[in-house]
Amino acid sequence: MDTLVARYSRPAYHENEGLSEQDQQDLHDDVPSLSLKFAMPPVAHPSAWLRAASDDRSNPSCPIKIAHGTTTLAFRFQGGIIVATDSRATAGNWIASQTVKKVIEINSDLLGTMAGGAADCQYWLAWLGMQCRLHELRHKRRISVAAASKILANLVYQYKGMGLSMGTMCAGVTKEEGPALYYIDSDGTRLAGNLFCVGSGQTFAYGVLDAEYRYDLSVEDALELGSRSILAATHRDAYSGGFINLYHVKESGWEKHGFNDTNPIFWKTKLEKGEFSNVTSDLSERV
Amino acid sequence: MEVLLGITGKDFTLIAASKAAMRGATVLKASDDKTRHLNKHTLMAFSGEAGDTVQFAEYIQANAQLYSMRNETDLSPSALANFVRGELASSLRSRKPYNVNLLLGGVDPITHKPSLYWLDYLASLASLPYAAHGYAQYYCLSILDKHHHPDITLHQGIKILNMCTDELKRRLPIDFKGMTVKAVTKDGIIDIEFDDDKVVKSA
Repeated sequence: MDTLVARYSRPAYHENEGLSEQDQQDLHDDVPSLSLKFAMPPVAHPSAWLRAASDDRSNPSCPIKIAHGTTTLAFRFQGGIIVATDSRATAGNWIASQTVKKVIEINSDLLGTMAGGAADCQYWLAWLGMQCRLHELRHKRRISVAAASKILANLVYQYKGMGLSMGTMCAGVTKEEGPALYYIDSDGTRLAGNLFCVGSGQTFAYGVLDAEYRYDLSVEDALELGSRSILAATHRDAYSGGFINLYHVKESGWEKHGFNDTNPIFWKTKLEKGEFSNVTSDLSERV
Repeated sequence: MEVLLGITGKDFTLIAASKAAMRGATVLKASDDKTRHLNKHTLMAFSGEAGDTVQFAEYIQANAQLYSMRNETDLSPSALANFVRGELASSLRSRKPYNVNLLLGGVDPITHKPSLYWLDYLASLASLPYAAHGYAQYYCLSILDKHHHPDITLHQGIKILNMCTDELKRRLPIDFKGMTVKAVTKDGIIDIEFDDDKVVKSA
């Protein structure tokens, strides 16, 4: 009985205990070995167990609700890169938060965006920040956006099929690359491009953005278009909303352009520009 | 991936429907007209399950025309929309419901006010300034939210419609073979020349 209790009361992360200090050090150096430091649920197939416990679609009463819906966008233009997101976190039908920071400041000139599992994105982008700093220390020069995005893409690919859920964009401006934008998702897809929208509200943001996007947009127009695209998505997508988080990435690093509530912006846009004409402001107007 | 779009303006209602008739992975026809004229100033566009769509639309069309012949007057767009909704509602609770989604556009023959009605197979009815069905909703409603105004001219309406179809060409993975576009004005229903061959480049 005691042996049974001992076996099952021992946390899984003690598996590393037998390793020497040098081995522990090596674990830190190798990128993939990070997986060894996770405590695993004491079941035969952890990934299958996670899928059963968190797949909302096949089992609506699943015990773990992963924070999901989002609208994030980023686009390259003449003046650098615009990054914009909403700020709503949902777990099933529940709005878990309206003040999420979905733009993750990897370092002073690299930004990441967060869509999919909030914890996955937060953890792995923070980890990416660490890898970028290590690259800087080891090579005495800043990492390129291409390399940084590939570190993340390779990492998530190693975890493919194990339940990671993230759709992220890496944006940065470097001397060698100029403005660079990459899309990375937990399937292992990594794409360079001019314009991406990610999340449940992506199509609504694409609609507004594609219609007026040009590479030679002025900085002012680009910021306005980014923020208007997020507004469009928060209006139509139930899983997006809250605040508009707006960033401009330049060669000198990124610059924050506010974290603004969508509600007053919506009414200002409607009443001053006459947009959103399907929404009535005069209650006597329609029966 | 059928596309239905509707836009109202100052004195018109525009209705556009994709030309592709698809069955499984095959395009059976690339010049399909998914619209029916109900009377001189009311037009209906439809999408949904194969077979159901045309059967239901022509049943409605026949009844609209029968009413016009018996009474020597046409039903108004709003009267027709409510009639169609009633038919969909009774169909919904029948043994074999029609699986049809509709846009009904018209201009009132007396007041000359344009109107657009959005109906789905669950018998929802909504009067809207602009509307879409299917995947087009996801891409086009945000564009229409931004660019539509109630007092636009027909020319401006067609311009906005072009913005919508451009976006669909850019982002929808399946070719919908262009659009049939018709406008309802106080003078009746007119076909609109629409450039389907324009190639849209993605950013």
